[in-house]
Amino acid sequence: MSLLDITDLTVGFDTEDGHVHAVKEVSLSLEEGEILALCGESGCGKTVTAMSVPRLLPPRTTRLTGSIRLDGRELTTLPEPQMRQVRGKEVSVVFQEPMTSLNPSFTVGFQIAEVLRRHENLSRGAARRRAVELLELVGIPAPAQRIKEYPHQLSGGMRQRVMIAIAVACSPRVLIADEPTTALDVTIQAGVLDVFRDLRDRLGTAIILITHDLGVVADIADRAVIMYAGRAAEQAPVEELFARPLHPYTLGLMKALPAAAVAAGPGGRRRLAEIPGMVPSPLADPAECAFHARCPSGQDDCLAARPSLVRHGPAHLAACFHPARSGEQP
Amino acid sequence: MNEPVLRIDSLVKHYGQVRAVDGLSLTIGQGEVLGLVGESGSGKSTVGKCVLRLTEPTSGTITLGGRDVTHLSRRAMRPLRRDVHMVFQDPYSSLNPRFSIEQIVSEPLLRHKVMRRREAGERVAAMLEKVGLRTEMMSRLPHELSGGQRQRVGLARALVLEPKLVVADEPVSALDVSVQASVLNLITDLQRDMGFSCLFITHDLSVVEFLADRIAVMYLGKIVETGPTAELFAGPRHPYTQALLSAAPVPDPARARERRRIVLGGDVPSPLDPPAGCRFHTRCPLAFDACRTVDPALTDPRDGDHPAACHLVTPERRPDAAVPGRTLEY
Amino acid sequence: MADPMTVSVGAIRVGSPAERRRRLWRRFRRRPMPMAGLVLVAGFLLLALVGPLVTGDPIIQDYAATLAPPSAAHPMGTDDLGRDVLARIASGARVSLQAGVLSTLLAMVAGIPIGLLAGFYRRWLDPLVGRLVDVTLAFPFLVFAVGLAAIIGPSLTGVVLALGFAQLPAVIRITRGEVLAIKEMDYVSAAIADGAADGHILLRYVLPNCAGPLIVQATVAIPTAIIGEATLSFLGLGVQPPTPSWGVMLTVAQQYLDVAPWLAIWPGLLIALATLGFNLLGDGLRDVLDPRSGL
Repeated sequence: MSLLDITDLTVGFDTEDGHVHAVKEVSLSLEEGEILALCGESGCGKTVTAMSVPRLLPPRTTRLTGSIRLDGRELTTLPEPQMRQVRGKEVSVVFQEPMTSLNPSFTVGFQIAEVLRRHENLSRGAARRRAVELLELVGIPAPAQRIKEYPHQLSGGMRQRVMIAIAVACSPRVLIADEPTTALDVTIQAGVLDVFRDLRDRLGTAIILITHDLGVVADIADRAVIMYAGRAAEQAPVEELFARPLHPYTLGLMKALPAAAVAAGPGGRRRLAEIPGMVPSPLADPAECAFHARCPSGQDDCLAARPSLVRHGPAHLAACFHPARSGEQP
Repeated sequence: MNEPVLRIDSLVKHYGQVRAVDGLSLTIGQGEVLGLVGESGSGKSTVGKCVLRLTEPTSGTITLGGRDVTHLSRRAMRPLRRDVHMVFQDPYSSLNPRFSIEQIVSEPLLRHKVMRRREAGERVAAMLEKVGLRTEMMSRLPHELSGGQRQRVGLARALVLEPKLVVADEPVSALDVSVQASVLNLITDLQRDMGFSCLFITHDLSVVEFLADRIAVMYLGKIVETGPTAELFAGPRHPYTQALLSAAPVPDPARARERRRIVLGGDVPSPLDPPAGCRFHTRCPLAFDACRTVDPALTDPRDGDHPAACHLVTPERRPDAAVPGRTLEY
Repeated sequence: MADPMTVSVGAIRVGSPAERRRRLWRRFRRRPMPMAGLVLVAGFLLLALVGPLVTGDPIIQDYAATLAPPSAAHPMGTDDLGRDVLARIASGARVSLQAGVLSTLLAMVAGIPIGLLAGFYRRWLDPLVGRLVDVTLAFPFLVFAVGLAAIIGPSLTGVVLALGFAQLPAVIRITRGEVLAIKEMDYVSAAIADGAADGHILLRYVLPNCAGPLIVQATVAIPTAIIGEATLSFLGLGVQPPTPSWGVMLTVAQQYLDVAPWLAIWPGLLIALATLGFNLLGDGLRDVLDPRSGL
């Protein structure tokens, strides 16, 4: 049993335009102390998959089936009062935009202490001391002074560190980070990624990292799930994934990066590999491979049936009838 | 030598107390693509706005095709605007939501009285084809297009008058990787076919490495280093450029984890009150006494076209005598 | 906690203007409250436009049947002078409609250009307009209406002028606010960078894009003006007897609340229904008209 087991998760939303199939039959697991990247382009379902765990999806319109087990406990059917205990204490979330996630009218110290007092029943003084420790943990210099400051007095990178401090305040088992460095500059991003690495090493926190950036995945994740049109296209340990991508979509994403074209050699008419066409509408759920229309190695059988995830290596799964041969480099 | 298409001399732009651009000079030759790189708050977008006179420079001169346009009235500026156009970052706010695609792209043609409305249709159709859009798109409204398609419309609008200079402000950073690849390919193709010069403003090093002939790196309103792309990436001279390059995410786990990242301390200082001396000294791992008082000028140690604004670039000309153990090779 | 979920649907909608309108209508039709508003407003318009042609003369007096309760001959009863209440309600609707629409139109015609220019020329015009708006807001509406009635005499014209003036600040503020937001849009920068003249930018780029909020404002302003007209007429500052207005009818009704409550109930009910209808419609339009909602 893993720390977190997601089995056959399917999530849809009822909208005015019809039923949106956001996530379809996704299964994945997360081990203790593991950093798992959910990777893909906008609308691929990576955020919806992750936010299903703390049940942070709009309850009225969400249709969710499948199973999500944390330490063997089923979360999808847990009554809301108990779920509130899970949220924040066992599973916590860091959002992309640190400015809108912090309350502008309270000091950062107060906001960290509030979480501690609610979930851990700490006294005022103890919560305050713990807040200083937490800020130190996420690499904020002079934490004893910083806890008296308001969010607007901090830079974007510092605010994101405060958000991480709040998220790990109750030592959660699982930390979900939704594009945590996308709004940050590269020189700041490197430091924030180090904070996540450090949290995993020191506290053993398991982290689900939602990102569109393969560079971030390569830098920090242990394992990655590449998602396309609501389904997992490929799943592998990161070294393996980058060394031997099997799904044509994964390969396409890697080749589309400017860095890949530059690495391929200087001069001449350098071109990036394009993925032609567009993502299919999430309103439809055809019984064929969703990537078929854009796929360079698509064949007739891709239209006849939908490929399911097949094991190609010890921990390497891909959902493709015609995976790239091992010799093919990104 | 040919007259440069754009020459900026000692450009200063202050918004009240904020020193967005503080003494910046650069030139762009015919058919040249200059990548202007910087993080948020570096003032890179302000440079683009000053070139197009979307904002009035505080001081300095801007010369377009040999003509000083810094103080031209709006009316006198109008005919010159035929030759300079802009591509914006946000595909959702850069097109008038009430105009059809045809109207959007034909506006420049009609405004500059290049042709009459009846004839414009054909030209618009040809231009749309050039940017890879079908002519059926002409009657659509922007919200019916995807982000990538809108960015193509933005390109068509900027290029329909065959300008000499295009200012592109983060034109691909709002797009998904696969879409970004096709838009970048398109920009390089069009640039080669039409031969326009380009000021390409971005925070993304890999993008400019892919398409720029020359790079200028900005920090807090000033250029700290500039040079031919390959040379600058192979041997960055300024400590900030070195840090920036080392922090950029690399989509290769082995390289991402083995490389030595230069982690910069602290935050970017406020442009309200930039540090005295070298502006980078508050975060520079190599800073010494002189850096806190003397602002280094852009100099190339080999008198080539790859100058950097750092005292350590030209040790013999350093304001204080040699400081042992401090070299740029670290 | 911030709402983490804006689920991007990503479907690209395509269509001719006619299809777009159909889609808009489909979306509107599915909402029960705005549809109720639409029905109420349609009923009100019908009453105001067609009603007076069908019902009898609202001024003719019948002393044989004063203060008669609702009956077959007089479905809504008669008033103290034996006039048919239904006929007076229908004519009153026409007065209400005139007051509501004309005053709103007046405020829009005067306020939109001021708001456009103030928002666009922030440096020199905006502070001036801002002070003027403050002064207008600080001026008690009733005092102004009394003054106006004293000068030009109590009449529908006076009511329309006073109500239009009272709505002016709101229109200017909304327009100005929209202009400030739209001015920051890249498509306006693109037009400026391309050398477009200010007038062109204002009329083709800015004005069409602030139409949505202004239409919504109009649907809010009309019911306010209907109540305003009723208030002024009730106080004797507006429409003068014998011309029927819902406000005038209420003035009379208050003397007979014990003996003929229907005299107060009908105009009161209709003022409430008309106001409610416009407000519900306005809310629905606000949701549907925003082009960013992807329609």
